Amino acid sequence: MLREATAVTKRELHGYFSTPVAYVFIVIFLALSGALTFYVGGFFERGQASLGSFFSFHPWLYLFLIPAVAMRLWAEERKSGTIELLMTMPLSTTACVLGKFVAAWIFVITALAATFPLWITVNLLGEPDNGVIFGGYVGSALMAGAFLAVGSCMSAVTRNQVVAFILAAVVCFLFTMAGLQLVQDVLLAVFPPAVAETVSGFSFLARFGAVSKGVIDGRDLVFFVSMIAFWLFATVIVVDAERAA
Amino acid sequence: MIALDRLCRTFGPVIAVDGVTLAVGKGEVLGFLGPNGAGKTTTMRMIAGFLQPTRGRAEVCGFDLARQPIEAKRRIGYLPEGAPLYGDMTARRFLGFTAEVRGFDSTERRRLLDRVVAMVDLDEVLDRPIETLSKGFKRRVGLAQALLHDPPVLILDEPTDGLDPNQKHLVRELIRGMAQEKAIIVSTHILEEVEAVCTRAVIIAEGRVIADGTAEDLLRRLPGHNAVVMTVPATQAVATETALQAFSRGGPSSVTWSTAEGMVTYRLATQDGRGAPMSEVASLLHAAGVRFEALRTERGRLDDVFRMLTTGTEASHAA
Repeated sequence: MLREATAVTKRELHGYFSTPVAYVFIVIFLALSGALTFYVGGFFERGQASLGSFFSFHPWLYLFLIPAVAMRLWAEERKSGTIELLMTMPLSTTACVLGKFVAAWIFVITALAATFPLWITVNLLGEPDNGVIFGGYVGSALMAGAFLAVGSCMSAVTRNQVVAFILAAVVCFLFTMAGLQLVQDVLLAVFPPAVAETVSGFSFLARFGAVSKGVIDGRDLVFFVSMIAFWLFATVIVVDAERAA
Repeated sequence: MIALDRLCRTFGPVIAVDGVTLAVGKGEVLGFLGPNGAGKTTTMRMIAGFLQPTRGRAEVCGFDLARQPIEAKRRIGYLPEGAPLYGDMTARRFLGFTAEVRGFDSTERRRLLDRVVAMVDLDEVLDRPIETLSKGFKRRVGLAQALLHDPPVLILDEPTDGLDPNQKHLVRELIRGMAQEKAIIVSTHILEEVEAVCTRAVIIAEGRVIADGTAEDLLRRLPGHNAVVMTVPATQAVATETALQAFSRGGPSSVTWSTAEGMVTYRLATQDGRGAPMSEVASLLHAAGVRFEALRTERGRLDDVFRMLTTGTEASHAA
């Protein structure tokens, strides 16, 4: 299975980098994350040698950039009919789903890694806690993976990439917002506190917030990894359902 | 090598395939015919393992598509309808990807690529992105993908659709060349293709097999099959008619005629489709002293069989 998944990953990665999609995405990601860090986040005004202002915008950046990456994963294959080629080759749906996801993840991590000058900058300006920054990068990559897995599933639901984008953005938005007071108040008004607490446990924002501040709690990492596993599993089910009788 | 057992597939309330039972062995090229929407593509998709059947079973080389899909798919080469391809890849990369998924190492990949490129004549476009290729080349890349791993079973959904006559000829030659050692199913709308490459033809309509046999078997179903057509000078029309009446007494037959430029053309057809032996007609005319200008047998056309079987209730009763 690993061999087939690797072949799919290689094909997909080639697909990203042989078209302008990859470069447009990376440039926009870098421009936006830079602008948000310096202008909105007040990188200099804070007077701290940390990347807190950089990481704090990631959930919001990912909210619309990741669905844009994920929307084509399956919708495009269905639209062009190449899914018929893929599904009649001797490889399992799981290998396909994994292969595609890993390629998209590698691509997003590449974009994330391209922000390294920022890391160098804070080290030149002061003495930041590099462990915290590293944790922030790991957390950001994991969160991107969770967003991508959601997007992968939403892309499998439809053959229309715009619909896939909107669905993914909405679901990701719900997961991001789950922990905010705004959502919690609404939930508390209707459901018992236990429900509200459970829902807030699914909040990307809260989980990522802790990780990016350097509090690397095993539970948060497990949360993102299991989010990825769950949504990829859902993708396999959705893809297979289209072919089932 | 291909065995279908009461294969059914429904899409919601629509019954696309309704109990297709077929067996295709090595050396057979099965022509899969039927009107649009008859269930050809759905059936082929089930054999290729893209769709799961609602009921029934499909088996390839002894592997059940439902239980051992991967093993079965290893042995199938499949050209989907319209030959969808990854347009952003070059043909070389795409074929390399297919070989990699199928588990061939890099030296084998190179060998298989060289072999298939020579087979379908792809050399000149190998390094161009697929989306920039002409329709004929795209179709050839699709074929190359299906033939790459030299599978014992080939499922080709309209392989010559949209190709020019030269390209069609090339594809037919290719199929004919491989026929000996493979089991092949080819769907097509072009009935001459069936006579050109297929050892057997199956007509399906509304998801059911309504005819199964060689092209000759199918032609025999035509009322006018093997009719004898003769052209005689108008002056000898009376003598001819009298002579043909003698034949008519031998069995049920019908005579139609037409006149042009001082010549009369008669068409003598028997109802049972066995036809009137040409030699018999010739000696009858000879005995009557008729000097015919032309005498020939009409086999009829597969198009007519197809129309007869796929339209009208009478046709389906006959089947």
